[in-house]
Amino acid sequence: MSKRNRKVAAIVTVAAAAVFAGPAHAQEEIRLGSIATLEGPFASGGQDGHRGITLALEEVNYEINGKKIVWTAESSNAQADVALARARKLIEQDQVDIIVGPLSGAEGIALRDYSRTLTGKTIVNGSSAASDTTLRDPSPNFFRFSTEGAQWMAGLGNYVFQEMGVEHVAVIANDYAFPYAQVFGFMVDYCRAGGKVTKLWSPLGTTDYSSVITRIPRDAGALLVIKGGTDALAFLTQYAQTGGELPIIGGSIMADQTLMSARGPHQRLMEGMISAGPIADIHDDPMWQEWVERYRERFPDGLQSPSIHGFNYYTNTKAILLALQEVGGDLSDNQQKFQQALANLEFKNPMGATVKLDENRQAISDIFFTRIVKTDDGLRTESFGRADGVDQRLGLSPEEFEKLGSPSRDNPSCPPVS
Amino acid sequence: MTGMIRSWPLALTAAVIAVLVILPLLLPNFWIANILGRSIAYGIIALSLTFLATYGGFVSLAQTMIAGVAGYTIAILAPTAIPAGAGWSYGLAIPFAILMATLAGLIVGAIAVRTRGIYLLMITLALAVGFSLFVQSNVELFNGYEGIRNVVGPDVFGMPFRTPLVFYYVSLATAVLLYLGVMYLVRTPFGLVLQALRDNSRRAAALGYNTALHRIAAFGAAGFIAGCGGVLTCFYNIGISPGSVGMGATVNILIMSVIGGLGHPIGAFIGALIFTLIDTFAASIYDRDRFNTLIGLLFLVIVLASPDGVLGIGKKLAGLFRRKERSAEAAPVSPAQASPAQSEH
Repeated sequence: MSKRNRKVAAIVTVAAAAVFAGPAHAQEEIRLGSIATLEGPFASGGQDGHRGITLALEEVNYEINGKKIVWTAESSNAQADVALARARKLIEQDQVDIIVGPLSGAEGIALRDYSRTLTGKTIVNGSSAASDTTLRDPSPNFFRFSTEGAQWMAGLGNYVFQEMGVEHVAVIANDYAFPYAQVFGFMVDYCRAGGKVTKLWSPLGTTDYSSVITRIPRDAGALLVIKGGTDALAFLTQYAQTGGELPIIGGSIMADQTLMSARGPHQRLMEGMISAGPIADIHDDPMWQEWVERYRERFPDGLQSPSIHGFNYYTNTKAILLALQEVGGDLSDNQQKFQQALANLEFKNPMGATVKLDENRQAISDIFFTRIVKTDDGLRTESFGRADGVDQRLGLSPEEFEKLGSPSRDNPSCPPVS
Repeated sequence: MTGMIRSWPLALTAAVIAVLVILPLLLPNFWIANILGRSIAYGIIALSLTFLATYGGFVSLAQTMIAGVAGYTIAILAPTAIPAGAGWSYGLAIPFAILMATLAGLIVGAIAVRTRGIYLLMITLALAVGFSLFVQSNVELFNGYEGIRNVVGPDVFGMPFRTPLVFYYVSLATAVLLYLGVMYLVRTPFGLVLQALRDNSRRAAALGYNTALHRIAAFGAAGFIAGCGGVLTCFYNIGISPGSVGMGATVNILIMSVIGGLGHPIGAFIGALIFTLIDTFAASIYDRDRFNTLIGLLFLVIVLASPDGVLGIGKKLAGLFRRKERSAEAAPVSPAQASPAQSEH
C-alpha cells in the first residue's frame, strides 16, 4: 500500500512545481485576462471575440506608456459555473489586473457577483448583454461599454407596428436572460403602440422545433426570432422546410454572419429580414469601413464581416486601453485612477457611435435598424435607421422604468385577446 | 505479516489527512480554494457514485442531480440569494437541504429498484436530464436559465465562507467524515449485505435479505453524501444554475469516479483532483481553442491504460513490486495477498 504514499508525494511535487513556476508579478507589465466561449453553442462568437481583442491590442502594439500588456486567454462554455471558475483562475492564479469578458448573459451576472468580492481588480464586459448585469445590484468593479439586449431592440417595436403594419407578433426565443432582455426591449414600444404578442420559449441548444412551429398562432403577422448561432439555424431551417412564409424580425445576434454564411433552406427566409442592434455589415460611416477592412486584412480566415461579438469585445478592450492610456498605465491605489478614467470615458466605437457610461457603468450609445440585403458576396445586413443615445432605461424616467419591472419570461406581457 | 498490512490503510489515511490539514500553510490561496477545495467538494459528489458502484455495483448517473436538489434547496432557502427566496437561516437551511437530497436519493433508489447495469444507467440518466430541463424551464421556483445567484454561505467563526481557508477546512472535514463513514458503513452488516447484492443478489435474496430495501437504503445513503457535496459546491459557485446539474456536470462526476477508480472510495477524490487540475490548466498547456481535445485524450489514455482508473494503475504497480519482493524472499504467497482488490476493503 505504500504506493499511495508515493502517489501523494508525486501529486504534491507536481503541485508545488506548478505553483512556484508562476512568474513573479512585475510592476512594469499590465496583465489582461479574457473569457470568451470557445466551446458550446457560441464557439464561433467566442473566436470572433478573440479577434476583436487582438485588433484592439495590436493598435497599441501590446504596450501602454512603456508597460507591456500580457494577455491570458481563458475559454468558457456559456455556463455560469465555468465562467466563474475561469475568472477565479485568471484573478487568483494568473494574477491579472483586468478581465475582459464574458460572452453570454448568465455568465455576465455570475462575474458581476464575483467582481463585487474583489478589490483592486476590474472586470470589463465582453459581449454579454443581459440587462440585470448592470441594471440591478450593479457591482462597482464591473463596467460595460457595449449596449445590452434590451437597448438593442429600442425603437424596433414602433417600426414593426407602424411601418410594417403588423399587429400580432409570435416571439420565438430561447429561454434565458439575454432573450428576455431583447423581448423586453421590443415589447416596451410594441405593446404601447397597441401590438399583441404570443411568446414561445425553448431551451438553449434545442435542435427540434416542430412543437414550437405548430404552436405559431394563425393570425400572427410576423415572427420575432431571438436566437443565435446553431439554434437560429436549426429553427429557421425547420421553419423553411415546413413551408413557413411569415416575415421574420430577427434578434440582434441572429442577423449575424454565422447564419448568413451558412447555406441551406433558411436562406429563403432571411432576405429582407428586419433587425436592430449595435452593428450593421453595410454602414456608410468611414470609421466602420476602415475597421472592417482592417479586420479582413488581419484575419483572412475570419468572418466575411465582423460579428457582434467581435465588435463588442473590440469596443470593450478599446475602452480599457483608452482608460489605461489616460492614466499612463497606472493601476496603483486599487486601480482607483483607472476605474475613474473608465467611468468618465467618452469615445466612438467602430460604428461611429459615441459611447459613454451611465451611473451604473453601463454604456449609452446608438442603435441601428438593419435589413438583410443580397450582395455579390451573399447576404449582408444594411443599416437603414438609427436610434441615438439609447440608454438602459430606453428613454423612460427611472420611476416609469421601475414600474415595468425586471425582464423575464412573463414580463412584459400583452397577449392577444382570444 | 497480514496484521501489519491490515494496519497500513489506517496509518496511511491518518498520514494523508495530516498532510491535507497542513497543506494550506504551504500553498497560495488559489490552490487551497480552487484546486484542493474544489476537488474535495466535487469529490464528495463523486464519492456518492463510487460508494454505490464499488459496494453495490450500481452505476448511477443521478448523483449530480441529487447534489443539485440540495444545491437548489439551499439556494431557495438561503438568506442572501438573488432572487430572494424563503430567507431561512443557514443553520436550518443546510440540514434541510441535505435531508431533501437524502429523500431524493431514496426516491431515485425506489424508482430504479428493479434495474441493473445499462438499464439502471438509462433510468438515472433520464432522471438527471429531466431534472436539469425542469429547473431550466421553471422560473417561479428555480429562476430558469439564470438560476439563483449570490448564495454566499454562512459565516464560520466570523469569517465569510468564501475565505479560502474556511471553505477548504469545512470541505475537508466533511469529506473526511463522509469517507470514514463510508469505510465504516461497508463493514457493518448492512454494508456486507450490500456487497452480497453486488456479487450475487439472488443468493442474498435466497438467504432471506430484503434486497429492494437494502438497495433503496444504499441510494439514500448516497443521496446524503451527494447532498453534502451539493451544498458545498453551491456555496463554492456562489449560487446554482441549470448548468450545474446538466449533462456536462453529470458526465464530469462520472469521469472523476472512473479515472480515479471505482475500486475504492478514495478513488473519487483522486479522480476529482486530477479532473480539476486538468480542467484548470489544460488551456495554459495547450492551444486555447482546442484544449478540450487534450482533456479528452488524457482521460482516454487513463481509462485505456487502466480500466480501474488511477487506483488500478497504483495497484498494478504495487503488484509488480510485491512480486519482485516475494521472489527475492521466496516466501509462499497467501491468497489474501495475491488478490488485494477484495482483501483491502
